[in-house]
Order: sequence, then structure tokens, then C-alpha cells
Amino acid sequence: MTITAKIDLKEQNPLAALQQFFAGILKLEDIAAILVPQRLPTKNTVMPTLVTDPSFLGDADPLAPAFLMNAARISSRLTRKPMGGKIAAVLRPCEIRAFIELVKLKQARREDIILISVDCLGAFQNKVYSKFAGQNGTESTIRFYKNVMGGNTNEMEGAEFATACKACEYPVSANADIQIGLYGMKTGESILVKAQTETGDHILKQLNLPDTNEPPARQAAINALISQRTGYRDEMFAKTRESSDSLDKMTDYFSNCVNCYNCRVACPVCYCRECVFVTDVFNHDPYQYLQWATRKGIIKMPTDTLFYHITRLAHMSTACVGCGQCSNACPNEIPLTELFRTIADKTQKIFEYEAGRSLDEKPPLSEFREDEFKEIVGIE
Amino acid sequence: MSEFEPTIVAFFCNWCTYTAADLAGTSRLSYPHNIRIIRVMCTGMVDPQYVIKAFLEGADGVLVSGCRPGDCHYINGNYKARRRIKLLKEILPQFGFDQQRLRLTWIGASDGIHLAEIMRTFAGQIKALGPSQTKLKMVI
Repeated sequence: MTITAKIDLKEQNPLAALQQFFAGILKLEDIAAILVPQRLPTKNTVMPTLVTDPSFLGDADPLAPAFLMNAARISSRLTRKPMGGKIAAVLRPCEIRAFIELVKLKQARREDIILISVDCLGAFQNKVYSKFAGQNGTESTIRFYKNVMGGNTNEMEGAEFATACKACEYPVSANADIQIGLYGMKTGESILVKAQTETGDHILKQLNLPDTNEPPARQAAINALISQRTGYRDEMFAKTRESSDSLDKMTDYFSNCVNCYNCRVACPVCYCRECVFVTDVFNHDPYQYLQWATRKGIIKMPTDTLFYHITRLAHMSTACVGCGQCSNACPNEIPLTELFRTIADKTQKIFEYEAGRSLDEKPPLSEFREDEFKEIVGIE
Repeated sequence: MSEFEPTIVAFFCNWCTYTAADLAGTSRLSYPHNIRIIRVMCTGMVDPQYVIKAFLEGADGVLVSGCRPGDCHYINGNYKARRRIKLLKEILPQFGFDQQRLRLTWIGASDGIHLAEIMRTFAGQIKALGPSQTKLKMVI
């Protein structure tokens, strides 16, 4: 874990440098493919692409403030069984953390994948992004990069970043094999490339990039960003707790929910192969509805809304990485990320667990210790 | 108005607590009728959603009871149940449920007398807490 290198930018364009770097990796003998967010030619949006031919990396854009899906799921699809070669995956830090959760849940394998993280600059909600990108997406990404590097880490051109991003205390990934650093580097001049594992070292060795030392300004910039984000996060926790601390308020919180379950589909760590809420268990008999309505005189339709959300909290909050895709997926703008992060913060703390931190920590509900939580057993 | 009679849903493991409940019955011990027992093979299979459902459907209290440490028929289901209950005790109070309404106990198969006592104590405590807020709400 020694190699720290620098890539100098031409014409202040980090995208061109990154595209070249990815092509270099893809050309290596032991890399079969690279998973990288890329601007789609037909529509001005950015989606993960699986590339095997280095000449098709001209639209790679991992810096765009577009985060249409958490690619941890995609990475899980690509790695759950050996695919016949190694892939490199360019992911955001939250995607890497979600991927690590999936590896622990045995829905992905770490063996054949090289994780490359780019310092995350944040993103907009999906709807906001398409307006922001306008006609020229690539140009908007460069503008965005300069804006964030200039210290504007919450909004741009009047548009707020997604709440999940504003409250995210992991703008830099500690778990990637190769970390691509932007923060603390001179804007428009150079980016940092750092190996964090032996695998990463092995790759960078073959690329022969000019050595450098991590500038001290980098850690300082990262720390400043994290403390700003943590402040926002704690305020968000307090506000969310206040707006959900009774059943009435919870009912209000979810009053717009139409039980579409998009949040479950978009969630990278909602791990059940088949969600019980879409099985026949919840295909209630018409007679059942009448019974429920008769008992109370009135019931809200569709039913099971709160049941669904609280169950999801109980099932996956210990694995929640706070990527914000639940809010992105909600058609009715329910502040899901806020609530899930607020609860996840508590549930992860009681088990001294942090989602995505380490492959060595088992998911809390899959293990136990004999001498814990003794105070909750028994009735005096 | 008539006196409040709470509804308590109890998940008892087949091997220990349910057997204890059987023993209490055959020993002609009495316990409050408020408790609706659901027999499960192990407390380790009590998914948080069962507890959540019980509360949202209007249960005033939920009791989960399994084998004592080391006695679990499936080796460690009771320890896993303890983590789930701990998790729920962290989540549910956030939404205004008193965490005293959810309890976990370990009662061995031969502890019929202890079981009857626990049931009386728990029913008494829930009675004192009053009705759960879900009873008359539209939510399910």
C-alpha cells in the first residue's frame, strides 16, 4: 500500500483525465471489463455502463451530480458468481459501502472486483438533475466540479443538493482498492490516485503514473467537509425525530404513501429476494378489509402503509448507508432518507456497527454475544 | 365506562415457555385472560414484523418468551431473539410506543408457577399504562 500518484489535468478537464485513466486500467491484461457511470448518448443522463472496449470510455462521467441508482446492486449482479474475469468498478463511496453490506449478506463477492472510488462531490435529486444538466451535460459536470471544489458543497445555481448528500459524512471512501482524490487538490490542475489495498497497488504499479505525496491540505479539506456535513446531519436528526415521535405524526409523515414500494426497489441493501409485502400474504381477502373497517368504523386505503415502513426499518436500518435512493425513488416526495438515517443512526449505534465500514464485522442481526443486553430480559 | 382490559399478544417458544404454559394449565394455576398465546417453534423465528403487526393492530403489549440461556432447542435462537427485541425497543419508542409494552423473558419448561406470575405482573403493568394509541386509529 505504497503507491500515491498524481494525474495532471489538461485544459482543467478532470473528465478527460479520468477517462484516460480508466482506459489504462481496462487495457491491463487481468481486467476484463470496467463498470463506470457514463453519459448516455441518446439522453442527457448518466447511468452505469459495463465496458470492455477502451474506445468506448469517451463519455465516462463519474463526477456528474446525477445519481439515478445505487450501483451496488449492479455490482452485486456482476459478482455474485465468477464472471470469467476481473472487473473494475467506479463507484461512489456510498455505493461501495452498500456493496460491502451485500458481500456480507452473501449477495455479492469481493474476489473478482477492483473497487475504484472517486471523491464524491454530491448529487442532485433525479428531477433536479435533468434541469441542471440542460443540453450540455459534460459541460455542466465541469461547472459542478469547479463549484464544489470552490467550497460550495450544498447548492449550485439555486438548486440544493440531495438531502442524503448534504448529510453524508463519507465523501471519501476508505474501503476502495484505488481512491481517486479531488478534495484538497488544486482545482483544475491535478487529481490524486492512491492505492489503499494490495490489489490497488498491483494495478497502479502497472500504470506507471508519476509518484507524489498526498498534500496535507487534502485531509484538512476532507475533515472540514465532514464536520460541516455532520452538523447538517445532526440538525436533520433532531428535526426528523420531532416530526415523527408519535403514531399520529408518523401517519402524517406517510400520508402521501401509495404503497408503490419503489423505495424498497431502489434500496441497495433491502436484501430479501422476495419481499413479503408483495407476496400473497398481503393479498388480503376482500372480507378481511370489511372486517378491519367494521372494527374501527374507518380504515385508510391502501392498508399496511405504516406496517411496511416500520418493518423495513426493522429489517434493513442496521445496513442503511444513507445513499438517499429511497427519497429519489419516491413519487410523492416523502422524506424517507431523513427518517431512515435517523433510525439507522440509533440502531447501528446500539450494536456498535457501522454499515459498510468493514468486511470483518458481521451484520448485527446475524450474530450475538452471550453477555449483552441483559437488562432487557425479564419482568420485575 | 367499563374497566380497561388490555390485549396482550404473547409469542411463546414451543420447547420451553409454551410447555411451561401447558404445565401451568395442568397444574390448575390461573393467569389473566388478557394474554393471547401464539406458539412458535423458537423465539429466534419471531421476525420484528410480527411484533410490529401486533402493535399496529391494537395490541397493548407484546411478550416474547423463550428458553433460558443454553436451553434453546436450536442452540442459540433465544440470543438472536434478544438482539431483535433490543432493535425493536430502539425503533418503536421513536414512534411513541412505550418500550415497556414490549418484553422478553426466558421461562423454562418446568417453570409453570413463574410463568403465571410473569403473566400477572405484565398484565398489571400494561393495565397501568393504559390503552395503546393504535386502537382507534385509521392506520394499519
